[in-house]
Amino acid sequence: MSNIPHLLVHEHDDNVGVVVVEGLTAGTEMFCCVTHDNSTFTLKAQEDVPIGHKIALQDFSTGDTAIKYGEDIGKIIADIPKGHHVHTHNCKTKRW
Amino acid sequence: MSKYSNMTFMGYRRENGRVGVRNHVVILPVDDISNAAVEAVANNVKGTLALPHAYGRLQFGEDLDLHFRTMIGTGANPNVHSVVVIGIEPGWTKRIADGIRETGKEVAEFSIEQKGDFETIRAASWAAKDFVHKATEVQREECSINELWVSTKCGESDTTTGLGSCPTVGNMYDKLLPEGITGFFGETSEITGAEHICQKRAINEEVGDRWYKMWKAYQDDVIFAHQTDDLSDSQPTKGNIEGGLTTIEEKALGNLEKIGRTSQYIDILEPAEQPKSGDGLYFMDSSSAAAECVTLMAAGGAVVHTFPTGQGNVVGNPIVPVIKITANPRTVRTMSEHVDVDVSGILRREMTIDEAGDELIDMIRRTANGRHTAAEALGHREFSMTKLYRSA
Repeated sequence: MSNIPHLLVHEHDDNVGVVVVEGLTAGTEMFCCVTHDNSTFTLKAQEDVPIGHKIALQDFSTGDTAIKYGEDIGKIIADIPKGHHVHTHNCKTKRW
Repeated sequence: MSKYSNMTFMGYRRENGRVGVRNHVVILPVDDISNAAVEAVANNVKGTLALPHAYGRLQFGEDLDLHFRTMIGTGANPNVHSVVVIGIEPGWTKRIADGIRETGKEVAEFSIEQKGDFETIRAASWAAKDFVHKATEVQREECSINELWVSTKCGESDTTTGLGSCPTVGNMYDKLLPEGITGFFGETSEITGAEHICQKRAINEEVGDRWYKMWKAYQDDVIFAHQTDDLSDSQPTKGNIEGGLTTIEEKALGNLEKIGRTSQYIDILEPAEQPKSGDGLYFMDSSSAAAECVTLMAAGGAVVHTFPTGQGNVVGNPIVPVIKITANPRTVRTMSEHVDVDVSGILRREMTIDEAGDELIDMIRRTANGRHTAAEALGHREFSMTKLYRSA
């Protein structure tokens, strides 16, 4: 792969991806890679998001489920437009 | 035959056949009030290792059993050449010394009552000096890779651990477990969120059912019995959240990457219990706190520990070398003195998981041969006993 990705996604079923570069700023046209098969796509970051933090790959509504590793990782508790930061302010475990 | 089948390393073969990668003379206190004597002996005799700790008085029941198991297992670890045991009274001192003696290694025991610290330190120092002379004459010999017992536990995890450093450890297990190594993973609390997957990674349904019962008992007897709020402040930890992990499920799924794609666990161990079912991967019921978990796995007999970290956990262990692996480029940039294996190339798609696994295997071999890990070079010797409940 010639380009270094900004965002990595584990599985094709996932609806969130992980920022893997430092200093990502809003407006960046992110080069994204699905690690399962190294397939790629692009997505525009709508916020500054720190390395390691997640970005929505789709528009989310409250009550939706966040999928990562192809698995349920929690519930969406506030609407999140595609390209925005997904973290504790808008996503929560279903356990407690 | 794979390319790993003929791998060897230079280790210390012990009386019971096990192989160590370090050659410590340990000065072991039975209890907290013997720490001063133990430290004095280690100060008198260079080349010894004191292991002061906080417990060992008025414990009872399962908690006392765990104390003995951890003490005996630590002394019995093949990274330890010989042990001087010091306790306040002779009964429990003898119990621990005799437990370690079952390995065939040399153990000397001393108790303080009716003698005082001075006389105890004098006599124990003579024994320690004798052990150091003997230990320093032992030569390493060529050993097969399958004689290694390798544990894993991750810490200060973030999303990069699930993408890079944990799958690197998983790749290592997928390659070396078929060669006959013995492996350990654990962190009972941090499987929560992926317990349905972990249960299925057992070698058969019976082992998986036993695993689930163990995990459920932890939930019911520890979490639900003691929680004062939901666990949002503890799991994920503040460091995990800073690193981008949002939920316990997300953390657990990344954690479980440490057992790779094909590895299955063959049995379940109590904390600090030594495996008895032969070669293979074991789940040890253990705390997810780094120092406690590594201490328990070392007491179970692991001689090398692999430690994936995201945000940069700095933990080490006094008797077992702890190899740090990170995929987080910021951690590589800001904390490189703690990193043994840099797999940040995985995030840049410049390195495959397969290549990262091979790099880790090479670092395990070099560490087993004697290379000091970052944690050893920096003096990280965290020895933390797990305590199940308050003493009598």
